[in-house]
Amino acid sequence: MSAGHKSLLLVVGAAAALFLSGCSPNYLVLNPAGPVGREEMHLIVLSTVLVLAVVIPVFVLLAFIVWRYRDRPGNPAAYRPEWSESRILEIVWWGIPIIIVGVLGFYTAKTTFALTEPPESSTQPLTIQVTSLNWKWLFQYPGQGVATVNYCEIPVGVPVQFELTADSPMNSFWVPQLGGQEYAMPGMAMRLWLQADKPGTYYGHGANFTGEGFAHMGFNVVAVSQKDFDQWVSKAKSTGQALTEAGYQQLKKPGVMGTATYSSYPPGLFHDTVWTNGGRYDPKMAGMGGTDGRAGMMPKGAASMPGTGAPK
Amino acid sequence: MSETLRNFANTYLMWNEGPLIWGSDVLILLTIIGIVGVLTYFKKWRWLWDEWLTTVDHKRIGIMYLIAALLMLFRGGVDAELLRTQLAIPGNHFLDAAHYDQIFTTHGTIMILFMAMPFIFALFNIVVPLQIGARDVAFPYLNAVSFWLFFFGALLFNISFVFGGSPDAGWVSYPPLSELGFDPGPGENYYLLGIQISGIGSIATGINFLATILKMRAPGMSLMRMPLFTWSVLGACIMIIFAFPALTVALALLLLDRVAGTHFFTMLHGGNPAMFVNLFWIWGHPEVYIVVLPAFGVFSEVVATFARKRIFGYASMVSSLILISVISYFVWVHHFFTMGAGPDVNTFFAIASMAVGIPTGVKVFNWLFTMWRGRIRLSLPMMWTLAFIPTFAIGGATGVMLAVAPADYQYHNSYFLIAHFHQTLIGGVVFGMLAGMYYWWPKMFGFKLDERLGRWAFWFFNIGFYICFMPQYALGLMGMQRRMYVYPADMGWNTLNLVSTIGAYLMGIGFLFIVAQVVYSIRHGERDLTGDPWDGRTLEWSLPSPAPHYNFAVIPVVTDRDMWWILKREGREEELMPRPEEVKDIHMPKNSGVPFLMGVCFFVGGFGVVFNWWWLAVAGLAGVLLSLLSRSFQYEEEYSLPAEKVIETEISLGRL
Repeated sequence: MSAGHKSLLLVVGAAAALFLSGCSPNYLVLNPAGPVGREEMHLIVLSTVLVLAVVIPVFVLLAFIVWRYRDRPGNPAAYRPEWSESRILEIVWWGIPIIIVGVLGFYTAKTTFALTEPPESSTQPLTIQVTSLNWKWLFQYPGQGVATVNYCEIPVGVPVQFELTADSPMNSFWVPQLGGQEYAMPGMAMRLWLQADKPGTYYGHGANFTGEGFAHMGFNVVAVSQKDFDQWVSKAKSTGQALTEAGYQQLKKPGVMGTATYSSYPPGLFHDTVWTNGGRYDPKMAGMGGTDGRAGMMPKGAASMPGTGAPK
Repeated sequence: MSETLRNFANTYLMWNEGPLIWGSDVLILLTIIGIVGVLTYFKKWRWLWDEWLTTVDHKRIGIMYLIAALLMLFRGGVDAELLRTQLAIPGNHFLDAAHYDQIFTTHGTIMILFMAMPFIFALFNIVVPLQIGARDVAFPYLNAVSFWLFFFGALLFNISFVFGGSPDAGWVSYPPLSELGFDPGPGENYYLLGIQISGIGSIATGINFLATILKMRAPGMSLMRMPLFTWSVLGACIMIIFAFPALTVALALLLLDRVAGTHFFTMLHGGNPAMFVNLFWIWGHPEVYIVVLPAFGVFSEVVATFARKRIFGYASMVSSLILISVISYFVWVHHFFTMGAGPDVNTFFAIASMAVGIPTGVKVFNWLFTMWRGRIRLSLPMMWTLAFIPTFAIGGATGVMLAVAPADYQYHNSYFLIAHFHQTLIGGVVFGMLAGMYYWWPKMFGFKLDERLGRWAFWFFNIGFYICFMPQYALGLMGMQRRMYVYPADMGWNTLNLVSTIGAYLMGIGFLFIVAQVVYSIRHGERDLTGDPWDGRTLEWSLPSPAPHYNFAVIPVVTDRDMWWILKREGREEELMPRPEEVKDIHMPKNSGVPFLMGVCFFVGGFGVVFNWWWLAVAGLAGVLLSLLSRSFQYEEEYSLPAEKVIETEISLGRL
């Protein structure tokens, strides 16, 4: 068997295995639970189909050519050592990839712009402020006044605007079943829209290496009905402890921990974090408020560019 | 006293880390003793200095690059095996987080900068002057400087393992993680200085080969008669010259942040880490094309030779090379689509990244149709080339998928990405360099590498490759991130990780077969007495193997692409044999020990900066300046090789 044949078999086998097992619930990216993840999966499928239009002919041609033009005695196939030009063939294989890139580029542009909008405009979005710490995730609910570590609850069917920053090296906030990730960077507030359509517990993890404890930066996003969410908030308010300034300083210290729920947190903590990490030097962060970083609110509405970073 | 000693041993020699370090120390010590012992016993010190350390001959420099690249492939490969061993089962205790972080950092850095780069430079050096009919490169002395800067840069980087500690912020080394605040150890300084020093050498190599190719081609070799490997080197050199300065700046500014208290890359005090990310990838993306273009060049030579046929669509091949090198400058943001550049910027870079796939795809079809109506011989260089095509087709296809910006939000930093770039870099660069090594090995050493052992290596490495990396695409879609030293057991990742690790071991066995093959062939390999063992097409195959140190006794006049092939078909090989009346005195560059010493001084200076021992840094830099000065006062850097001597050599080679 030739080099081409054997690797072809391997590749086809591996691809088939991958395809067949794609239905398994373990393939988080292929089992989206919300509109953002779904839209991204559609592009993944589209791009896979389009690239296969090139890959499959390459495999078939390679196998055929190696089989047909092997240098063995009595091979009846034509041998034309000087044949090296064909205008038509070259137009074909310059042309087809150009068309593929054209089609894929069009849908890429469309979706890239679409994902900067909330997945649904009729429902009032929920804002959650996320801080990547060494090595844990702090979630603050500015509308509800509660905070959590290493998990967050969200209501089903409500677009969630995650505002991301880091009080640590830059991380990336990723919940595969809800949609793609966005970086959490010190001194900046980045935006990411996500939404869950059905109740469930969704795996999330930091995706950009932040040092020794990075592997332990997993968290769950728990999607529940609006009613259950409201109940969870009031329960958190009544039973949880308050996160104090000192408590936050403790959280900031490098280390790994489980989950925690706080009934309240210091007002303006998220803005302070962005501000003191260098946001005050960034003209784009100027809209964040006064010199103490506590006076203002993040700009809302038109200025929000989820998935696209800093507010304009 | 003993307290001071213990302190030194624990701080710098890391003896408190246990048997792993002690074992490495012992091994390194034994290796050094072994090398010194052998050299002394066989009285080879003089030979080492005269023939190798001071050489300015491009062929020898190429061989030294090759040896370094294979050694680094070994080191980077061992790193990879350690990483895969740790990931074989969830929650493994084989490595701890700190060690794992160091190992993936050194694995990535070494493979790209200290394996792929010297490997392509090895082929640049060995092949380009012979292929264009030149006696040496444009600046032979600078060429030696380049090599020794690479060598001592790599040495400085590698020594971190046993002295002070390895870098651990990833091969991309993004601030603020790589800033002093989060990473106080000397490892990151090693990273910055090791790459910086060898990077100076890389820029010089780019300039050197650009000048060589543009100015030193034999008469008659117009650009459109140039062999495609030389074209690919030209493309790579232009990219090196434009891309590497961005890396130089990024590393220098980060070093200043770390040793001089500046704030270029901290948000605090008005810097910006995203600037480092931009600078790094403005170099980093062209860099992957810098290493893959020469591989494309190798495939073009090998396919034509082993299909016994002209390359299909030469003009298309050249324009696609040029297009790749131009477009590769407009794709860097695709490494951080998720860092918030905005939909307009992301769309631009997404489409540019897909577009780079077009000329690459064209090349694949041209290779395929070079074999169409040819006669395919499955020798080792051709086997690696054939294996490259499906591997790179999948790697390229997943590359186009990654370029779809919104979809990249799901792939970024996942194992899907890991699988993609290993598939392109191993399938493209490593397969290409191995094909090139097998192809030109007889030209370097005068004997072929054993086919049988080579086939074992090929199958182990190839099958291992698919077993190792195909599961990683799946793992990425399952949500597994890169750079985790442990992972949860309940995610369904366990089996695929174990499979992937087995694949990595198979690749390791493949590498061992290559080592065995080289060792075996030194004694038993088929000797190449004709200088043209593969029935080649280009000028280098008209020379004896190995080529005499002046390469061409008489510079050939080139009348065609595939000149040597055409002469052979028409029975006119004699035209490239020297005639005594045409042989003249040859000016050759003199050997010099200064490039080696300059490398030593860079090493010493770099070492000083790593530990902020400024007296040592200043001493090293002073040495560098002195070696530069000494070159300025060297007036006789050439010597004349008399025509009689050349004729004598040619007669002994049976060419006269």
